[in-house]
Amino acid sequence: MSDPHGGGTRTIKVDYLARVEGEGAMYIKVRDNVLEDVKLKIFEPPRFFEGLLRGRDFTEAPDITARICGICPIAYQMSAIHAMENACGVRVDGALRELRRLFYCGEWISSHTLHIHMLHAPDFLGYPSAVEMAKDHPEAVERGLALKKTGNDIVSLMGGREIHPVNARVGGFYRVPARSELSALREELLHARELALETVKWTATLDFPEFNQDYTFVALRHEDEYPMNEGRVVSNKGLDIDVSDYDDHFEEQHVDYTNALHCVMKPDGNCYHVGPMARYALNFDRLPDEIRNAAKAAGLGPVCTNPFQSITVRAVEVLYAVTEALRIVDDYDPPQQSAIDVRPKAATGFAATEAPRGLLYHRYTIDDDGVIKDANIVPPTSQNQKMIEDDLRRFVPTCLDKADDEIQYVSEQAIRNYDPCISCATHFLKLEVDRG
Amino acid sequence: MTDKPKLAVWKFASCDGCQLSLLDCEDELLAVADHITIANFPEASRAVLDGPYDLSLVEGSITTPHDRDRIQEVRRQSKFLVTIGACATAGGIQALRNFTDVREFMDIVYASPEYISTLDTSTPISAHVNVDFELRGCPINKNQLLEVINAFLNERKPNVSPNSVCIECKKRGTVCIMVAHGTHCMGPVTQAGCGAICPAYNRGCYGCYGPMETPNTSSLAAWMHDLGVSADELRRMFRTYNSEAPEFRHEGDRHGRENI
Repeated sequence: MSDPHGGGTRTIKVDYLARVEGEGAMYIKVRDNVLEDVKLKIFEPPRFFEGLLRGRDFTEAPDITARICGICPIAYQMSAIHAMENACGVRVDGALRELRRLFYCGEWISSHTLHIHMLHAPDFLGYPSAVEMAKDHPEAVERGLALKKTGNDIVSLMGGREIHPVNARVGGFYRVPARSELSALREELLHARELALETVKWTATLDFPEFNQDYTFVALRHEDEYPMNEGRVVSNKGLDIDVSDYDDHFEEQHVDYTNALHCVMKPDGNCYHVGPMARYALNFDRLPDEIRNAAKAAGLGPVCTNPFQSITVRAVEVLYAVTEALRIVDDYDPPQQSAIDVRPKAATGFAATEAPRGLLYHRYTIDDDGVIKDANIVPPTSQNQKMIEDDLRRFVPTCLDKADDEIQYVSEQAIRNYDPCISCATHFLKLEVDRG
Repeated sequence: MTDKPKLAVWKFASCDGCQLSLLDCEDELLAVADHITIANFPEASRAVLDGPYDLSLVEGSITTPHDRDRIQEVRRQSKFLVTIGACATAGGIQALRNFTDVREFMDIVYASPEYISTLDTSTPISAHVNVDFELRGCPINKNQLLEVINAFLNERKPNVSPNSVCIECKKRGTVCIMVAHGTHCMGPVTQAGCGAICPAYNRGCYGCYGPMETPNTSSLAAWMHDLGVSADELRRMFRTYNSEAPEFRHEGDRHGRENI
């Protein structure tokens, strides 16, 4: 540590980033008051999923890939299932499609609420954890826990349990709920809608650093829905492609200091931003009026470019997911069959769905017996990793007059803006600030 | 309140799901926090207190040289060490590398495998240090987790059943899907604890809690064979989330072809 206002080299590092999912570190080096280097290091041990999937049956991919992430297993199940159905030339519609959307709403609610209340809000209010925060802000933490429970209750009903649910399969579900089972969620969802609206208002009272960026946002866009399980891959800079063309426009690069792959856009190798802010910016017109009005009242325009405000965008998405879940529950007409028959054939299948943290791409090649020959999975955090470093590169220079521990604190917060999931990205983090 | 017992949560190679189970205790979390000091739980808190710790919960398997050293330090700092989940208890899904050359996996996933530091194997925590209790499941059941925390902090034996999933189906009133529908099911050889979820969802148990005490795996494999399950499929069934549990490893080895 050296004089923050003087010359010389300062190193700020965090060896084990807290309140992110998985193991990562941050390294920042400042020389003569100029930021020299920023690294987001992911030392989470690699688990080689794409390797171990080879030789497994195509029906096993949803449950196996769910184990990449205990926070967003449904995202993995949905991307894997849709990719396999794509390979086999099958499309699942009607009530089964609606149930998948309900299932995903549950994960958005529980994952976003975990991040808003337990991982991100303590940064804004100055607490090390939600448990400490609960002593002074019990109503906020209790509201978060109640909302999270609603999300988990949807997941448990649809999937059997909160983490690594067992009910989703290629073709549909093993068992579909009776109308009465979904109706039983109704009262809880009505209450959750009030809590979600309060959460949107509450996040708007937090202090956000001024940090608006010209992001390249990438997300799914569907012809009439706010995107979850399908849509074209679009950006605010002119990209508009079918999911099967993903590999032509994006590539994963392997850099030496991290176990996660950096995903960039071809051909320039530029970073891009996936997740709630990207989805919101590219699909604002797909939100119902009442959700748009709530966002507006909370200070959001149709596009949010300040990553610190992502907490409000997440809260808006929670409000949307609760509202959408209510719609699905009210309209539910049970399907004739719990799943449609899917026969394997030699083909390559592609799918991208919107995990809570952003676009999750899966590609599988299978043979006529349904044996997986090749698998490629690109999680949201690998796509955001370079973007997070880019944010730090622009943000840290705005606070170099602060002491190292303050820089460290706000830099960690800048990382947590993305709700990074390191377990996912390692197919991700630890902070070092090096002032030499 | 310095006399409250200190809890630490450690992560090795894993998906974070088992430690998330603690945060998923929405109704109990704040009450638990009243009775213990969450001294080291990076996923939930920036504040880290130095050891020693009264209870360490360990998630994940050992897959890197660094983690092989780190688990020794965790053991030294812990009065009780409890593993949570299939990774920490039986190597996890990533233990499938133990049946192949890990270099091949690395080449598939990473463009520059020389940047990666990894061991050839994924091994359970008990292969490295003495473990006081192993809580099974992929993922663990949060109610069992609360029971285990409660038991260790009160220095009593955890009330965790060693029975098979079959017993839970009977308690739940689920008709046997193997007998009634011919659905192949790992329930007869799999440790209880999940609440027999899969059969209640018209699906055969896929063994994510690992082997029960003294499982008759060969008898189950014979039944599966009669139901038309192929040898390769049998091999895969025993080789998924708990492939390093000796009983499952042994049975998996008896069926099907290598290199699948």
